Amino acid sequence: MAVETTDDRVRNTSFVFWSSSKYRTKFYEVLVLGLLFASLYWIINNVVTNLNRLGIRTGFGFLKQEAGFDIGQTLVTYNEASSYGSAVLVALLNTVLMSLLAIVFATIIGFVVGVSRLSSNWLLSRAATAYVEIFRNMPLLLQIFFWYFAVLRALPVPRQSIAFFDTIYINNRGIYAPSPVFEPGFGIVIAALVMALGVAIALRRWARVRQSRTGQPFPVLVTSLIIIIGLLLVSAAVAGFPLSWQVPALKGFNYTGGFSVIPELVAMVVALSIYHASFVAEIVRGGVLSVRRGQVEAARAMGLRPGQIMREVIVPQALRVIIPPLSNQYLNLAKSSALAAAIAYPDLMHVLGGAVLAQTGQPIEVMTIVMGTYLAISLLIALFMNWYNRRSSLVER
Amino acid sequence: MKHQSEFGRLLERFGVIAAAVGALSIFAGASGAQAAGLLDEIKARDFVHCGTAPNVPGYAFTDANGDRVGFDIDLCHALAAAILGDPDKVKLSKMRPKDGFPALQTGQVDILTHRLTWTFNRDNGTGMNYTRVMIYDGQGFIVRKDLGVSSISELDGAAICVAQGTTVELNVADFFRTNNLSYNIVSFGSQEEAQIAYDEERCDAFSTDRMGLAARSLGFKNRADHVILPETISKEPIGPLVAHNQDEWADTARWVFNALIAAEELGVTQGNIDDMRANSQNPEVQRLIGVTGDFGQRLELSNDWAYNAIKAVGNYGEIYDRHLGPDTRLGLERGRNALWTDGGLIIAPPFR
Repeated sequence: MAVETTDDRVRNTSFVFWSSSKYRTKFYEVLVLGLLFASLYWIINNVVTNLNRLGIRTGFGFLKQEAGFDIGQTLVTYNEASSYGSAVLVALLNTVLMSLLAIVFATIIGFVVGVSRLSSNWLLSRAATAYVEIFRNMPLLLQIFFWYFAVLRALPVPRQSIAFFDTIYINNRGIYAPSPVFEPGFGIVIAALVMALGVAIALRRWARVRQSRTGQPFPVLVTSLIIIIGLLLVSAAVAGFPLSWQVPALKGFNYTGGFSVIPELVAMVVALSIYHASFVAEIVRGGVLSVRRGQVEAARAMGLRPGQIMREVIVPQALRVIIPPLSNQYLNLAKSSALAAAIAYPDLMHVLGGAVLAQTGQPIEVMTIVMGTYLAISLLIALFMNWYNRRSSLVER
Repeated sequence: MKHQSEFGRLLERFGVIAAAVGALSIFAGASGAQAAGLLDEIKARDFVHCGTAPNVPGYAFTDANGDRVGFDIDLCHALAAAILGDPDKVKLSKMRPKDGFPALQTGQVDILTHRLTWTFNRDNGTGMNYTRVMIYDGQGFIVRKDLGVSSISELDGAAICVAQGTTVELNVADFFRTNNLSYNIVSFGSQEEAQIAYDEERCDAFSTDRMGLAARSLGFKNRADHVILPETISKEPIGPLVAHNQDEWADTARWVFNALIAAEELGVTQGNIDDMRANSQNPEVQRLIGVTGDFGQRLELSNDWAYNAIKAVGNYGEIYDRHLGPDTRLGLERGRNALWTDGGLIIAPPFR
């Protein structure tokens, strides 16, 4: 290789290592890389030596052992006799549930507030501004505590629950609602629903093709809704209404039966949604403002109605600007959900960083699992948002 | 295109600095693995660093003057008095149980004088060793009187507030499982949070060690509205922990605590210890407070180690009565924590 070099700094015919800037820089690269690996090795070696010195168990064998503690909210079967591995799964699902709910609500609230801030209605736009400036400027942890204790304080004890139509009960232990009980024959209804959705999708496609060919619009949404609801009702009637509801009833200390939501989840979803919605609102406002005025004027000149201008002209163009920062916001939301540990919502951080860590006494392994899981969740969100971004971005030729 | 990378050029410019920093960090790191014992380290730095519970009346809490006081705090003062000759040469760090374990494992604190139960799991495979049992306790439940509950067996379906990462959490699970009772667990990061949530009526019951319940219930908005249920569902031998593989330090701490108990057995108190040192003819008293023998030297301490400890905080009974006993807000009888000679479980190995 040396013979090929055209570097003018190699002047001497007798080769001296230092005189070649090419080899010198290579030498530094190797040196830094070597030092990096050496310090990594030193850190890992130190950890292993110290763990051995202290006689601390190592490895992930504990995941198969019985956890011995219960968890307040479980989406899959779990009890005291389940393994630490199951506890990790339960905690992961609790984190995912909380994050997804908060993402949905933060997006809805954020879009409404963001658009409201641009409204020509003075009161509406000022209210939206106040919302944004209040909620984005206070620490999230404080807001979580506020909502948690606001929720707990405002609600009555189980025996004095607030009842809605004698079917839904709200008290400081949670929200209790009837859960559906599927009876035999419910399959027919599901089949009808699938069929109706298929028809609706086909109808939408047909309407689009027709509109691009003839310019004639077709009321897809209304027609689809009529088809779906109609088919559902007809099929349910045919099968003899194969659905009943299990209504929660006061038994002993609290309502049992039916479907329940713990107050910690409510407080977390409310706090995360409201806090992150204030950022989403600004992202949406920025996106809408990025659409040039001329676009709206042109659309108006073509005779589009205000709703159509919003749907067909502004939103598609604004989305391209909105989605990348919105992805960031979703990632922030998922990560900040770890604050749930502060109010005893059994998420990843609470169950693993609290109970599992203390019961096993293996912080390195446990925290590795927690970090790896949050990383995986974040990467999945990023992957999905990148896909959505590619789909909605301008096709450039 | 050049054959050399921009990265390489950058390194060339900063290469010398980078190499120096790298080499320095390696040398600095190497000095971290020293072999000196913890006892020598404590003497050199001239204070004992104890991890204690953040806020439990009677055990470890901050009084009106801003001083940390309590049973667990006095154990730390006893160590400082015995080792350094001055009970005030302590550093007291507040930590929740789940934070205390890593702090002890990594050597941040010398000892956890905390309300932590001795279990197999904590003693083996987690890098910690128990010194000895200082308090025998058992787990109980507190409920609101208006629930009309008089026994734990009536708690079927109740919401129960506990602190996570504790034996309390595991005992509740075991008890309800073996008795086929249902329950809703609400586990908080610390005892304080669990206590507050119960007081805010998030739960029907709050569970922790009985003596802890007596202490924590003092923090309720209205203590008179609550009642501690009669049953005890577990045994909770509680004592200070040290790090694994610190045999010398563990022996020193263990025998300082033994000395406090032996002093009560022998009738040596904070008040009469000077008189005892001058006049007692009891050979065990003489060995304990260093009139005869070389027990101090064998612990690598001065021979008046036990004298200093007892002079500073009193004997076991005095510490108990001062912070937990019938005359305090907690009003706890000695019960199981009486001396073995009085029908309790507290006993010190012989000083001979």
